[in-house]
Amino acid sequence: MRDRTLWTWHIGAGVVILVLLGLHMAIMHLDQSLGIFGTPGAEPVEWESVVARAGSLFFTVTYVLLLGAALYHGFYGLRNILLELNPGPGIRRLVNVGLTVIGLGLFAFGTWAALAAPGAASMAMGG
Amino acid sequence: MAETIARTVTFHVRRFEPGRDREPRWEDHRIEVLPGMTVLDGLWKVKELSAPSLAWRSSCRMGICGSCGMLINGRPRLACNTQISELASDVVAVAPLPNFAIVKDLVPDLAPMFETHRELLPYLVRDDTAEQDDPTREYWQSPHELEQYLQFSYCIKCGCCMAACPTVATDPQYAGPMPLGQAHRYNSDTRDGGFSARRQVLAGGSGPWRCHFAGECSQVCPKGVDPAKAIQLMKRELVLDLLRLRRRKAPAAVAEAPHGTPREGIAAPPARTVTPEA
Repeated sequence: MRDRTLWTWHIGAGVVILVLLGLHMAIMHLDQSLGIFGTPGAEPVEWESVVARAGSLFFTVTYVLLLGAALYHGFYGLRNILLELNPGPGIRRLVNVGLTVIGLGLFAFGTWAALAAPGAASMAMGG
Repeated sequence: MAETIARTVTFHVRRFEPGRDREPRWEDHRIEVLPGMTVLDGLWKVKELSAPSLAWRSSCRMGICGSCGMLINGRPRLACNTQISELASDVVAVAPLPNFAIVKDLVPDLAPMFETHRELLPYLVRDDTAEQDDPTREYWQSPHELEQYLQFSYCIKCGCCMAACPTVATDPQYAGPMPLGQAHRYNSDTRDGGFSARRQVLAGGSGPWRCHFAGECSQVCPKGVDPAKAIQLMKRELVLDLLRLRRRKAPAAVAEAPHGTPREGIAAPPARTVTPEA
């Protein structure tokens, strides 16, 4: 039963990545034409724009969502590759537990970075 | 009228006898091929002329029983359904189906595949055992409902799809395209009520989640069945079920008795030869 749930989340994470990467592409490459997310007078990759996005709640939530979806999607795929090598029960358990711990650790670190970014940006701007 | 000898072909046959051979070996046998000869005919000729101990499995010689699946020139096929001329080669390389243990020579051990098949309840699962033991009428099903699973019911369990599947080759946990395709065949039959029982196996680690959708199973199927499609449709059904979006229907009921003018001159069905146990 568990594999069906994991696979369903995998597909769901893929859809989230598709949407959020589409958003990323729109911001980075279509901002000149769309003019929605950029900072006036600055390119999307310039410091001012990055700081402006880091201070936005919308982008903080987006970063955390994208991080979670990408980590889950990637680590689930890696788990499948490793389990197809047909390891014994001990190694299977190690793969499952190990990837979960590493994934959660990376997610916690990335989430902290996304949440700390507004404060850091504010300090960098002298606020 | 004398038969025309078309050409001479070399049968490159893989031999292996567990207990005697350490590893498989290859033998070459040259035979004269007549127009219309199948690979199975060629094997019989090889056996008759130069390799009397050569073993393979075959029965119907008409692509129905599914016994003679083997690897012919690198592709899983039915030997009885493969013309030597269609191979367009002077060498016919014949080996047992990959991804199975070898019983002897060209005989694969299909027992694990059938055990998995059996676990997935490849039959109509219903509660009305009295009706099934002693049918009064047929279960009602529309032509459209029939088409939902018809192509999957053409499967002859030859194992060619299992031999072609790259996931079966690397992952012994995976149920494989034949059992999964057949599980979908019954899951999508409106007369069946066994989805929940099959789900116990399908939603686990051996289910369709392991499929990489390489599609080789559908490419090699000698009956034109599309197991890869069945597996993808099954994933959809199982996910919809997880999300509680799957339509649950009771299995189709027994068809109503025909009404109107009774038809004359129709012979009565023969009497039962076996009485179901009470």
